Amino acid sequence: MKDKTRLSDLSRPSGEQLLHLDPEDLQPLPMSRDDGSSGRAWAPLSQQVRDRYECDLDDTCALSLPRPKTPEQERELVGQFLAGLEKLFTRENNWTFLQPLLLTVEHCARCQTCSDACHVYESSGRAEIYRPTYRSEVFRRLYYKHVKGGGLLSAWQHGAIDLTWSMVARLAELAYRCNLCRRCAQTCPIGADNGLVTHEIRKLFSQEMGIAPKELHESGSMLQLKSGSSTGMNARAVRDNVQFIDEEMSEKTGLAVETPWDVEGADILLIHNAGEVLAWPENPGAFAVLLNAAGVSWTLSSELAAYDAVNYGVWYDDAQLARVALMHAQVAKKLKVGKIVMGECGHAHKALFVIADRILTGDLNIPRESCLTLLRDIVVGGRVKLDPSRNDFPVTLHDPCNMVRLMGIVEPQREILRRICPQFREMHPHGVDNYCCGGGSGFAIMSGHNFQDWRAQVSGRKKIEQILNAFAECLDPSRPKYVCAPCSNCKGQIRDALNYHDLWEKHRILYGGLVELIVNAMEDVTPGFIEWEWR
Amino acid sequence: MTVVLYLVIAAAVLAFVVASLERAVRYARAPLHLRWELYPVPHEKPARVAYGGSYFETSEWWKVPRHFSLIGELRFMVPEILFLKALRENNRPLWFRSFPFHFGLYLLTGSCGLILLTAGLSVLQGRPISGVVGTLLRETYTLGGVSGLVLALVGAAALLHRRLTAPDLRSYTTPGDILNLLFFLVAFGLLGVGYLLRPEGSAGVLTIVTGILRWDPTPQVAPVFAAGLVVTSVLTAYIPLTHMSHFVAKYFTYHSVRWDDAPLRDNRRIAAAFAEYLTYRPTWSAPHMKAGGATTWAEVAATNPKVGGEKRS
Repeated sequence: MKDKTRLSDLSRPSGEQLLHLDPEDLQPLPMSRDDGSSGRAWAPLSQQVRDRYECDLDDTCALSLPRPKTPEQERELVGQFLAGLEKLFTRENNWTFLQPLLLTVEHCARCQTCSDACHVYESSGRAEIYRPTYRSEVFRRLYYKHVKGGGLLSAWQHGAIDLTWSMVARLAELAYRCNLCRRCAQTCPIGADNGLVTHEIRKLFSQEMGIAPKELHESGSMLQLKSGSSTGMNARAVRDNVQFIDEEMSEKTGLAVETPWDVEGADILLIHNAGEVLAWPENPGAFAVLLNAAGVSWTLSSELAAYDAVNYGVWYDDAQLARVALMHAQVAKKLKVGKIVMGECGHAHKALFVIADRILTGDLNIPRESCLTLLRDIVVGGRVKLDPSRNDFPVTLHDPCNMVRLMGIVEPQREILRRICPQFREMHPHGVDNYCCGGGSGFAIMSGHNFQDWRAQVSGRKKIEQILNAFAECLDPSRPKYVCAPCSNCKGQIRDALNYHDLWEKHRILYGGLVELIVNAMEDVTPGFIEWEWR
Repeated sequence: MTVVLYLVIAAAVLAFVVASLERAVRYARAPLHLRWELYPVPHEKPARVAYGGSYFETSEWWKVPRHFSLIGELRFMVPEILFLKALRENNRPLWFRSFPFHFGLYLLTGSCGLILLTAGLSVLQGRPISGVVGTLLRETYTLGGVSGLVLALVGAAALLHRRLTAPDLRSYTTPGDILNLLFFLVAFGLLGVGYLLRPEGSAGVLTIVTGILRWDPTPQVAPVFAAGLVVTSVLTAYIPLTHMSHFVAKYFTYHSVRWDDAPLRDNRRIAAAFAEYLTYRPTWSAPHMKAGGATTWAEVAATNPKVGGEKRS
């Protein structure tokens, strides 16, 4: 692709689409060498959608931002944007990230070293607008012009920029074309962080203008604060569902399975991503089987928000992040548990363990531990009998960015897999150098309009390439294969991308969590816990 | 004229130091932020640094003393600063241009330090430094200065060429970026030419620095060399006013952001800072924020916007 899009193009008049991706622009997948296919055709946005919403960036639409009806409305929105921009650089409004934001905005040398690290940019065939520095450079120029009050000299030194509503609308969309995986930041020689800039732009739109994807805000964090879970399940519904899962697990494993609820003084408060209960019940079920078999003192909580680990605020809004994190900590304190253990959910790990750590002051700073270390201790400590031959099929491991690059939990999951999966093989690159699944920063739960096409074709493309390469010598569909993704959102994205590219049908590539592999290998469990059926 | 030259050099050094310190203090005084680390973190145990592991890999990590290795950080920073390791690994074509430029600057800076040391010693002892020490110092700073100047010039020219010809750099290049590199080329070019062509008997760098320390205006400085010194002085004062001050920022981006994995537990400094921040009153306008300047961050965090905006206990 010879993309000549310039920074100033972001200000082009409304109605002009900045980028159109043709299938031949996209980076070829390994499988396309075999049969020429690369998934389904991309559903275009309808004219009705284009007329109604601001979708002038590319072929998709994440925000469904209504088009202003009058120039006055446009001016008002631009004014709100400018107010938010200024607030991002004040201590009172953005002490949470002011220092790293200033460091990045004032020192990026635009050397483009980060570009090659970005899977979205690379997979798109190097579309200019997806380059990590593109949105950051627009933001930087706005900072110097409107926050620092730069005049002609500043424009000469830092670059000129024209602020229009069409640019603001495109920038809002562009903030949702980055997975916030921060692989770009890892390669920056100066330590600048263009992922952070994306995060801060999202915050500006949400915290000042109330603009965020519906899936993250209204149907996400707001629903969680209202009903207790972004799935919409209230406490009664989740308890009923888990009871049903217990019955299923008992029947399936041959062991009596009962999930403890609201046990005061338990060693562990386990918090699952509630999406698991609905989409992959075998995951919380496997936890119950394993923890009971290992004699662990644990409980789930039916308090508001405490039965759902998700914390979508981590991707777009500091207030929402803090509210949910406080709820999680308050429930643990009330139950007087020894520690919180987070289930297989990457962003929930990072939100509660890392990002919210310093706002959980005093006795709210409950000890928090990853399920990966707990599972490692159970497996390595020999607390259950395991038969690795039950897992004698090709297994590869996806590293969730939030747990690995952003938390440094790299080895526990590998210690487990090396013990229980004889055919375990790494993806390349892996560990802290991994690629995002393509669903990071909320994309996995965003499917409005044709956004699912975009994330399967663009943001998820690199992971599909990695999976195919990891199984290159055993792609024959007669051999079932397992992608282990110990993160709920990663699992959702990998499911969608495998399905989109027909990789279950073509190659029998299945996906699932880590605890399922452990339970599948338990000698006391009826064989066949992992069912080789598409789900 | 020599006094004017002395004043320009002294003012430029002072401006460089003050502007760099102001920038450093501004970042140091910025509020502690929410954690935003990125692994590997090199002060971890060496075995973990090798693959990017953290204390979160330890069961009940809060019961184990936190490992912090300054040597580990130095092991990372020294090759990063001296040899631009990250750039070498991630952007080799640019490294071939940027490394000579930066290493040249290091050699020039080191040579200036040695010249200042030599001049200082000679002022203190009242006569030029002679003997083996004097020869060693003179040969070292001459070699370092000349090679540094050549490397920086070559690097600046190569960087400018790449900025102007590589499409992915060109479209992000501002007139200011071009001026910055041209500034280096002109300053160092004049300095080099002036140094090489200066008439016999005119002042060299050591004489000028000694003259500044003694405030002795008698040395005669050749015009082209003097012009080189003036332009280089202005450049020195200009650098910390631009993004080229990343030598200051880099300390913070690494130590205060990427590697700041300090948990709140038992850390009184962090706890005190955050207790203050939670009393700040945000003015974010979105309805769900329930902010508006009247409520504190602590109150915002304790408010459930879906339950009538009521605060939770």
